[in-house]
Amino acid sequence: MRKCMERLFNGLFKENPTFVLMLGMCPTLAVTTSAINGIGMGLATTVVLVLSNIMISVLRKVIPDGVRIPAFIVVIASFVTIVELLLKAYIPSLYAALGLYIPLIVVNCIILGRAESYASKNKVIYSAFDGLGMGLGFTFGLTCIGIIREIVGAGTLFNMAVMPAAYEPLTIFILAPGAFLVLAFLVAIMNKIKIAGGKDTGVGGNCDELCRNCPNTNCGGRTLAGKDAD
Amino acid sequence: MSENIKVSASPHVRSQMSTSRIMFFVIISLLPATLYGIIQFGFNSALLVAVCIASCVVCELVYVKLMRLPVTIGDLSAVVTGLLLALNLPPTAPWWMGVIGSIFAIIVVKMLFGGLGQNFMNPALAARCFLVICFTARMTDFVYDGVTGATPLANIRDGNPVDLMDMFIGRIPGTIGEVSTVALLAGAVFLIVTGIIDFRIPCAYIVSFVLFMGMFSGHGWSIEYLTSQICGGGLILGAFFMATDYVTSPITKTGRLIFGVCCGLLTGMFRVFSSSAEGVSYAIIISNLLVPLIERITIPKCFGKGGEI
Repeated sequence: MRKCMERLFNGLFKENPTFVLMLGMCPTLAVTTSAINGIGMGLATTVVLVLSNIMISVLRKVIPDGVRIPAFIVVIASFVTIVELLLKAYIPSLYAALGLYIPLIVVNCIILGRAESYASKNKVIYSAFDGLGMGLGFTFGLTCIGIIREIVGAGTLFNMAVMPAAYEPLTIFILAPGAFLVLAFLVAIMNKIKIAGGKDTGVGGNCDELCRNCPNTNCGGRTLAGKDAD
Repeated sequence: MSENIKVSASPHVRSQMSTSRIMFFVIISLLPATLYGIIQFGFNSALLVAVCIASCVVCELVYVKLMRLPVTIGDLSAVVTGLLLALNLPPTAPWWMGVIGSIFAIIVVKMLFGGLGQNFMNPALAARCFLVICFTARMTDFVYDGVTGATPLANIRDGNPVDLMDMFIGRIPGTIGEVSTVALLAGAVFLIVTGIIDFRIPCAYIVSFVLFMGMFSGHGWSIEYLTSQICGGGLILGAFFMATDYVTSPITKTGRLIFGVCCGLLTGMFRVFSSSAEGVSYAIIISNLLVPLIERITIPKCFGKGGEI
């Protein structure tokens, strides 16, 4: 059970597919024009990810090593087709908004990456939790980007106006360049938090306080900051 | 005796030129166009100039303080960025647009990439394009003499007649700094004479632009049409003051010619084939992105490494 929780935490924060692994960038940048699109895309991917991880883990001893990639693709494509038809039948508005990116879940590198690096080597239950963690991490990332882009670029959140009426939306944020800007800023903030919480790399001895010329980027300026505090 | 001998390491002869001096000269050369814009368009344009300069400087100061970097606002580059940004705004723009543009120019385009000398495209132009995409209606709302009117370039595009003399002096609607060709040229001559900018970039820019327009605009080699295209829009402002930015233009002489030709061809292409009448800002920032490639193919050969043995 502890290992299951560890897999969940791993996918959500430690190896978050959007902010740390930088996988699945195509849907991340393309569909996050609004918060609801981000959630929809994330959850659709999560469903496929969990199911395909389970199936591939079950079949891991059956699939010959030489043809494993085509086999993974067949499994993933089957689940994507199921999700696509379900969305089309029950949530047509989301299906219309996500459009081409639903079939493109097949080639999403998160799913193939987890199948290759985790599900094909581990037990079913752990693989399921790994898929769930990764999927929720992806959903979390997409939702964050979607929320920021929707608020700044359209002044709404989940289609409800949240900004004062005088606010003029910065339209660029719901266009493609805005996706790159928001993603870059969020990754920068994540890295900042990670470095602040990291362990001391023990480079204090050689630090001459000239961070810009220093080849060691692991300390993140902490040594200098510590000296300032003294 | 020994007191008269000063021992020092080379270099022994130093130029008086420094970054802040160069930036100061650029500011002086922009003054005629700025003053003309303020006199013609009134109080709001003066407010915009002040707001843009102030917010650019404050942004840079706040950033270097937060990041514990050396304070660099003394080199005046933020002032130049703010001034250029203001000259690129329409006179009716509200003051907060200047603030948003300044934040984007200084924080995102300049400081996040490492400050002066590291930015990959002209901060003022990048901010202008950011604002054009965000507030298209406000950025294309040009008022002259209390009447909202089309810019000369838009008039030419629609086939309406334009007065060349008005365009040369600046009695036309447009952004604060681009309207008066004569004021801009006065500043440009000052910069070329003092050696601040190289004539190659603006010359290559304008010549290639004229050749392109002559060949592809569909108006043939009509002198009147070509002159109005040169005087209209931000071409003069862009060619002399923004394409020549040291950081975002090539170092080599051949490279500068190639860069100018890139700008000219792209501007012509945007003006003739795109949906908008103006294309200088996009042309220059796209050419800025090509600068590393241009420099790579124009590196001069070392002495003795040139020919076959």
